[in-house]
Amino acid sequence: MTINLILFLVLAVIAVATALGMLTSRNAIYSALFLVLNFVTVAVFYLLLGAPFIAMAQITVYAGAIMVLFLFVIMLLGAERLPDSRVLPWQKPLAITLAVVLALESAYLLWTKARPAGNVLPPGDEINTVETLRALGMTLFNDYLLPFEVTSVLLLVAMIGVIVLVRREKGGQKS
Amino acid sequence: MIPVEYYIILSAILFAIGVAGVLIRRNALIIFMSIELMLNAANLAIVAFSSVFNSFSGQVFVFFVIAVAAAEVAVGLALIVEIFKTKHSIDVDQMSSLKG
Repeated sequence: MTINLILFLVLAVIAVATALGMLTSRNAIYSALFLVLNFVTVAVFYLLLGAPFIAMAQITVYAGAIMVLFLFVIMLLGAERLPDSRVLPWQKPLAITLAVVLALESAYLLWTKARPAGNVLPPGDEINTVETLRALGMTLFNDYLLPFEVTSVLLLVAMIGVIVLVRREKGGQKS
Repeated sequence: MIPVEYYIILSAILFAIGVAGVLIRRNALIIFMSIELMLNAANLAIVAFSSVFNSFSGQVFVFFVIAVAAAEVAVGLALIVEIFKTKHSIDVDQMSSLKG
């Protein structure tokens, strides 16, 4: 039982508990805050896996930008709670059953079939050097330069699309 | 020394919780959050494999997934705001007509 394994188990419990908290909270604000905690936990997993750049990107983009957008929209709409009017009474137990079956099935298949030989080594001192970051940057800007540029176009398209979606026509009347 | 299977199983559990969220909840915003949770679970698996194979490609993929998720959230939330303006509700059970 190494310190890394203990860290992993504690973090795994926190991740699953926050995900379940997100799923079961009645109030959408609580769900969003649980999800922020889940994203931060996953960022710590990235640190354990020796990917500090991805961990920081996760915190800034997910826990920072995306969740602030979520909280902003929840508060803008004032839709924290929905009245409880379930149309299909059998939907909830069926959904839970299907999700449990999916989890067991995928975990079993991944455990038995998709098994790469190897352990995740705890990150050593060399992972936090400039050299590692430089190698990541070289991979990103040499091997994956075209996808990188396409991503920038995608973000531009998303930005224009959002502006077009929420734009009001002149005179306050929506088209 | 953590076997990579532990990460993969954690990723599978988080993904299944996301699926359950999409299926159970009727609040469109929480369905969106569940989709983010599933993207995160997939990212975790990719980074775990990238760490095992000692390659940076997996981390670059995750970087792209994060960028695409940001774009997706912006468009999706704009759609939800528009739906709320016309229907005055974000209950997905109420979104049963194609015409606004």
